[in-house]
Amino acid sequence: MTFQQWLPLLVVASSLIPGSIIFVLGEQQIKLRTALNLAGAVVKVLLVAIMLWGVSLDQEYQVRYGLVEGLDFALHADALSLLFVSLAAVLWLLTTIYAIGYLEDSPHRRRFFGFFSLCVTATTGLALAGNLLTFLIFYEMLTLTTYPLVIHRGTPDSLRAGRLYLLFALTGGAILLLAVVWLQTLVGPVEFSATGILSETDPALYGSLRVIFAMLIAGFGVKAALVPLHGWLPQAMVAPAPVSALLHAVAVVKAGAFGIVRIVYDVYGAEFCGQLGVTIPLALVAALTILYGSMRALYQDDLKRRLAFSTVSQVSYIMLGTAIAGPLATTGGIVHLVHQGVMKITLFFAAGNLAETLGVKKVDQMRGSGRRMPVTMAAFTVAALGMIGIPPTAGFVSKWYLGIGAAQADQWWVIGVLVASSVLNAIYFLPLIYAAWFASPPDAWPDERPRGRFETSPALLFPPLITAVLTLLLGVFAGFPFSPLEWAKLIVLQEYAP
Amino acid sequence: MTYATLYAICGVVLFGIGFYGTVFCRHLIRKVMAVNLMGAGVFLVMIALAARTPSGAPDPVPHAMVLTGIVVAVSATALMLALIRRLHHQTGLTELPEQMEH
Amino acid sequence: MDAEWAMTGLIMVPLAAAIVVYVTATRFVAAWGVAVAMIQTGLTFWLTRSILQSGPVQVPLGGWEAPLGIPLYADGISVLMLIMTTLVGATSTCYAAAYFSALQHDPRRSSSQPTIQTFWPLWLILWSALNALFLSADVFNLYVTLELITISAVALIGLAGKAQALVAAIRYLFAALMGSLFYLLGVALLYSTYGTVSWHLLAETVQADVLTWCAASLMIIGLLLKTALFPLHFWLPAAHANAPAPVSGLLSGLVLKASFFMILRLWFYVFHPVMPVSAGWMLSVLGSAAILWGSIQAIRQQRVKLMIAYSTVAQVGYLFLVFGLACEPMGMLAWRGTAYLAFAHACAKAAAFMVAGSLMYMVGSDLLDRWEGIGRREPKLIFALALAGVSLMGLPPSAGFIAKWLLLNAAIGNGRWEVAAVIVLGGLLAAVYMFRIIGVSLSSAVPMPETMPIPRMMRWAPLVLAMVVIVGGIVTTEPIRLLEIGAPPIAAREVAP
Repeated sequence: MTFQQWLPLLVVASSLIPGSIIFVLGEQQIKLRTALNLAGAVVKVLLVAIMLWGVSLDQEYQVRYGLVEGLDFALHADALSLLFVSLAAVLWLLTTIYAIGYLEDSPHRRRFFGFFSLCVTATTGLALAGNLLTFLIFYEMLTLTTYPLVIHRGTPDSLRAGRLYLLFALTGGAILLLAVVWLQTLVGPVEFSATGILSETDPALYGSLRVIFAMLIAGFGVKAALVPLHGWLPQAMVAPAPVSALLHAVAVVKAGAFGIVRIVYDVYGAEFCGQLGVTIPLALVAALTILYGSMRALYQDDLKRRLAFSTVSQVSYIMLGTAIAGPLATTGGIVHLVHQGVMKITLFFAAGNLAETLGVKKVDQMRGSGRRMPVTMAAFTVAALGMIGIPPTAGFVSKWYLGIGAAQADQWWVIGVLVASSVLNAIYFLPLIYAAWFASPPDAWPDERPRGRFETSPALLFPPLITAVLTLLLGVFAGFPFSPLEWAKLIVLQEYAP
Repeated sequence: MTYATLYAICGVVLFGIGFYGTVFCRHLIRKVMAVNLMGAGVFLVMIALAARTPSGAPDPVPHAMVLTGIVVAVSATALMLALIRRLHHQTGLTELPEQMEH
Repeated sequence: MDAEWAMTGLIMVPLAAAIVVYVTATRFVAAWGVAVAMIQTGLTFWLTRSILQSGPVQVPLGGWEAPLGIPLYADGISVLMLIMTTLVGATSTCYAAAYFSALQHDPRRSSSQPTIQTFWPLWLILWSALNALFLSADVFNLYVTLELITISAVALIGLAGKAQALVAAIRYLFAALMGSLFYLLGVALLYSTYGTVSWHLLAETVQADVLTWCAASLMIIGLLLKTALFPLHFWLPAAHANAPAPVSGLLSGLVLKASFFMILRLWFYVFHPVMPVSAGWMLSVLGSAAILWGSIQAIRQQRVKLMIAYSTVAQVGYLFLVFGLACEPMGMLAWRGTAYLAFAHACAKAAAFMVAGSLMYMVGSDLLDRWEGIGRREPKLIFALALAGVSLMGLPPSAGFIAKWLLLNAAIGNGRWEVAAVIVLGGLLAAVYMFRIIGVSLSSAVPMPETMPIPRMMRWAPLVLAMVVIVGGIVTTEPIRLLEIGAPPIAAREVAP
């Protein structure tokens, strides 16, 4: 095997191996476990960087292994997978640091970090999957490895949330499996390719292809929390903060969105989707999800639940951009894959810090928190402004491209949806920011930890700070080479290649 | 109709009676006897069908099979009786309880 | 030459060991068992290599040719079944050694509990009979080996000694004997028509007439009773759930597969061309009903071992989907999937039963309520259970997924949507009962109950077996290649109006 074949495997293995070793280690071997975790995360970032460099020089990274006939395991690094895998690698590193701080002295850390690594393994595998089957394999693996994380606390609440999560995710997986097998019996093994593979299909099959499309979107939509398949997501908030952060930013929700992007562009192809007439329904569902998620977020007084509904809404921007045909909207959708991840993880880190340091879990307890925890709340503010779409944050870039993309495609109603959603975002985020900075703090916080040198422990403080800075950088330097925006444009160039 | 066919039909009838007994008799010893009756029916069929060679000399292979079958039947009966005896010893039951407590 | 020795050894070594340990009543009986397991592993490896190199082998035992001799025959499917037997058998042997030695020192032990001296000879005879069955080349030897299996299996259940177990054993014995006698009557009819019991010769001469059809029906019905296909499964849950810990896995994993293997052999190697298509579909319909009924019953149980036993009822249903699917163009896929599923289920189910046995030994009960929070104490066992569960649910990466994938391809490829739906739904229902156990065991709501320490081997044996299932989902080319050696000629059949 050559290096070109090894590299994708190594990227996946860089979290699989530490994860497996962690299970074998004892619960008390904390130093070794921490070292393994960090080493794995750093190695993954480095390997992905090498790959990024290679792909930009037109190197092919691909490995293939036949399981049974018609069932190939294939990893392949293309531009889209690199976008996702880079996001996963960077955010995993930060979340690992955060989780080490967050879970200090709590029980079952071996189980937690073991499954955490496996969960990232599944996400990386998803990102690098070269065909629909490999994608499916990792998609199911992701369900199984996140379950122990969701129920980590073992309370009746978290067990109930875990059951609900499995119910949704496994049913989605089952629909997906049926759809994939069906598609494969019609057109043979489904490899991802930049312009889709189905455009040459016999028109007699168009009816079946539409049904399959609906099944695939439903299967992925469960994880992507498309309304009405989003029911599990707010419940899953009982998981520890680092888990929620990862779930919302890269792992589960994003995996569903990424799957839909793959289906539309790399299996069906954007033009063929338009030909089948399936993009408009998808756009409508996405728009509905955006508005519904924002509306529900308004009424949540639990901070994490408010953020959860905000995710429901924000992730659908990706689907919206995907569904509106046209290069600019596509750029907006794809770049939001990264931008939403960075912003949302910041918000969850900050929320976790508030809960862990001050015991603040409700929205109305946040008053004055900016004075007690200025760095955390500054990060929160930047990310929230990003979510609203205020320049120069990353969120503005996404929304800008989505908006002009919609105009380009003559879908003016989309701009209405974008404006409405931004207004709603502002309504549920701005009061928090105002209360945090301008209201006076209470006499005593609900459950305050003794103050150290910083406002909270460094492992909890720096990850949100870094992602908040990233949120700004991604917005300000959007035009620089290797920025997500430029990378998304590259992907779009391939997609709409003549 | 030859004698052999008659025997074979007789064997099938015995098998049927035994089957009925195994399913519907409640007393365990009756069940054991019914199973043995089924076995005897099958053996009779085998012996009867062995006579149907053109030369008139009986085919030895079914005989060998029946011998083996009898050995199996004896050991199975012994096991049945041992289990039933043990059950009776422990619980005083002579019939299988209708609804098993899980 | 090579293969002949391996085949003879696979049958004779456990048989000889059984006699030795019974006659000498040696104190080191577990050591004998472990030694046999090691020899069997070597012999299986040897035979597999030889079959992969030179194809199917037929061996007249002791030089006696048919009709009086006993020929042995090994092809891909029988070797896969032998590998399955060796894997499950060897791990169960290690597990049993630890289990019985722990039981001897258990203060809760009552006088009616099984003793190590009776377990080993019975298990070794069972092992020998299983191997002999998978290697049989004639339908009468299949009968004899099947009876040997039944008798030793029933005796093993009876070892548990409790009244519940005795009742279950007796019910099982009656059902099994009835099944065998049906089968034997079928054999008698076949012999009278064709004058041979070798299934190779039968396959060449078999014709579609009433007598053949009667014989086939009798044989298949008898075997269905033994394989516990819905609605003939009434004896299974109690028998498998009440057996001693190391025995349950053997029953669900191996003993059921023996009679299923016979159905597979008879149907696809002998009767397939002459059986009506509707008969095949009838078995598939029963299989689908078994999947749904077994899964729903499993969900409703309060005792974990009963849940796992009902799960076996459901999984047996999957094995019968092939009989309908094989009548259509992609039948070969279904056949491969089914054979592989038999293998996957054996390993996964034995692992699950071992986990249940260990935890039951630890807390003294297999009521699910008593298992709250048990996963915090025994993460390794719950992990093994979860891995086995992944295969039972048919999720990747596991041997169960590969098998289900092949079945699904055959079903959807032929437009059999109802079968595809049942396959997928069965997986979801399996997830419900598996995660019910896992969820309860991971709960932190209650304090830990009083427990007995579990011997180390009772943790590792199920984990190893569960790993095998996962590896079987990754290393698949070799087993599938094995299945192509001596594969039956499955051709599509005209669908009856």
